[in-house]
Parts: sequence; structure tokens; C-alpha cells
Amino acid sequence: MTTETGKPSGDSIEATPSEATPSAPTPSAPTKASNWAAPVSRLEVGAVPTAALNLNVAGRRLAGPVQGFGQLWQKTYRVRLTGADVTPQAVIRTWKEHFGDFWPKGNHFYGPLTSLQPGEVALLDLAMPGKMTLSTGVLVIFADDESFAFMTPEGHQFASFITFSSFADGAVPVVQIQALLRASDPLYELSMPIVAQRTEDRFWNDTLQALAAHFGVTDTTVEMQRVCVDRRRQWRYAGNIRQNAAIRTTLHRLTHPRAWFHHRGDA
Amino acid sequence: MTSGTTTIEVRRLSPSASTIAIHGDITSGTEPALMDAYVQASDDATRSIVLDFSGLDYMNSGGIGLLVTLLVRVQRQGQHLLAFGLSEHYRQIFELTRLDDAIGIHDTAAAALAAAGA
Repeated sequence: MTTETGKPSGDSIEATPSEATPSAPTPSAPTKASNWAAPVSRLEVGAVPTAALNLNVAGRRLAGPVQGFGQLWQKTYRVRLTGADVTPQAVIRTWKEHFGDFWPKGNHFYGPLTSLQPGEVALLDLAMPGKMTLSTGVLVIFADDESFAFMTPEGHQFASFITFSSFADGAVPVVQIQALLRASDPLYELSMPIVAQRTEDRFWNDTLQALAAHFGVTDTTVEMQRVCVDRRRQWRYAGNIRQNAAIRTTLHRLTHPRAWFHHRGDA
Repeated sequence: MTSGTTTIEVRRLSPSASTIAIHGDITSGTEPALMDAYVQASDDATRSIVLDFSGLDYMNSGGIGLLVTLLVRVQRQGQHLLAFGLSEHYRQIFELTRLDDAIGIHDTAAAALAAAGA
């Protein structure tokens, strides 16, 4: 899964984008400060849609792979839009404007009404096995014309960065999702080999299938690659379980049944 | 240097510390070059790897992921990862992504090298 070729030359090494393979989207323009979100110590949430639940986002810190508990995984999902007459930039523009529309049924993305921008917080309701729901969120940390990226808050199932990108492989547009993640806490980690990995894979597979179908590509195969980058667990982060959003969402559901059904009825 | 090209230089500072200087871009595509540089920079005696970002032109979210992967490799060897030469913009990105929890950020080469014990 390399995208550029390193060439040792004495004690220096050069990586040249022109040698890139399809998995190596490279920048087309220098980064601008506006491509990145400003640092945030705690997440703030603006107006909350009626159907959304801001239980595990406001006041939370961001947590990337450095702050997670479980093994570190790099997961890549990719689909080729063969036959689609669309540029990578147009794919990303559409994806940013309709991000949640491509999600599998039963999952809800409460983002901005227009387009994803760096610094915006979106609330999520994720369907979990056993008809459970996980209410959490993401921050858009980066966005340009060819990609955008999310980072997750404390309590989310995964402490992660996830990048959504599109690039051309010859004449064929390619769409890619790449996640770098650790399960946030020991409970989530226990679920990884049982359900979490498969649920995650199915979720993004279905999302890419829906995105491809939007561009008229129906005969698609989503390539998936899963690499364990670090097998060690970070026990110093075992205490993350105190903020476990699945536990908190379930307790909220049990203690606020009317509010819950009100939320779901509006969703 | 051509825009969009990355050059990585490795300098051995002392038996226990090496510097990896990055000129150009850091994206997910920089992985082979950066990992090759790390192999050159590290041996059994190496305790600290110092990243020199003075020549950094561009970094996207894939580059942040790549630094996490490098961090894992460095920590697996019982080494420390430090950095200097970050512009204010990229310092803020390290803060945003909380990479600064694990990578020691320093204002100058001298400060980073002192922290590395080089």
C-alpha cells in the first residue's frame, strides 16, 4: 500500500509523487491554513437537531490513535468508479454536501446543511448490533478539494483519524476511505474481533456502494485492506471506559425512554 | 527543489540520537521514504529520533497518519520522538490532532537536541 517510491541517495531519500500508484493521492496545491480546523481543547456543539442526541460530544476532547486503548489498525476501503464521467474534485464536493445520505439505513449523520468544512462538529447516531444505538460525533479536522478528514471525540468507539479522498487512476475516478484507529477502551476492544471490525467494514462498504451508485456505477466491488500497525494495547488509556459512549447512550435510553422515542420518532 | 517532491535527509548526531530532516511534503505517499529514513537513523544504540520540519511545505491528514505510524515504530524500539522547526500553523495541527501528547515539540534544533541528550 505504498504510493511513492523512496530512493536512497547517500543519506538522503527522495519521494517523487510522479511515481505514485493509485493509492497515493498527492496534493495539487499548497495547504492553506483554512484547510485545517483550529485547535480545540473541548468540543462545542451549536444548534442540535431535534432528532439528534448531544450526550457524548459537547465538552469532550478529541482522541486520535495516540489516545486510544486497543491495537492500532489501518483500514482502507476503495472503489473504482469505472465509466463515471466525474472528476475527483466533483466526487469530493458531492460527498461533502451529502455525506450522511450515503450511509446505511438506520444510521444518522447530523452535519451542516451545506457542506463539510474544517472545524465543524457533526453528531452521529450509529446503529449497533442488538438494536442498540451509539450517539457520538466527529470533528472535521481537514478538508480540501480532494479529501476531507474526521477525528473522533473521547467516548467514541474508535480513537481515530479517518480520511475520505478521491483521485484519478488514469481515466478512472477512485474513491477511498482510510482509517487509522484504536478501540477507545477495553470494552470496545473486546468487541473488535466479534462484531466491531465486521460492522465497521460493512458500514463503509455499503457507504461506498451507495456513493458509486449515485454516480451511476452499480457493478462495484469495494476493495478492503486491514493492517494491524501495532498489536500492543495502551493500558494507560484503559480508563477511557469512563466515557464510553455506548454505555452512556444505553443508560440514557433506559432512564429517558420517552425522550428516546421522541428522538427516534422524529428521525 | 521541485514543488510536490519530498527529500528526506538523515543525520547521525551522536550514538544515541539522529535527525530526520523533511523537505517538501508529508502525505501518506511519503511513507516509504520516511520509513527508509527511520531505518537509516536507528540502530540498537539510538534512543532519540528528532524530526526537523524546517523545510516542511505541505502536510495533509494522510501525513498526520504517517507520523502516528512512525511514532509506533519509534516507541516499539523504546525510543523517543521529538520535533523542531514547525511553523505556527503546523504546531496548531499537532495540537489539534494531539500528536503533541506523544511527540516532544521544541522551538529550536538546540532545544530538541538537548532534550534528546545529543
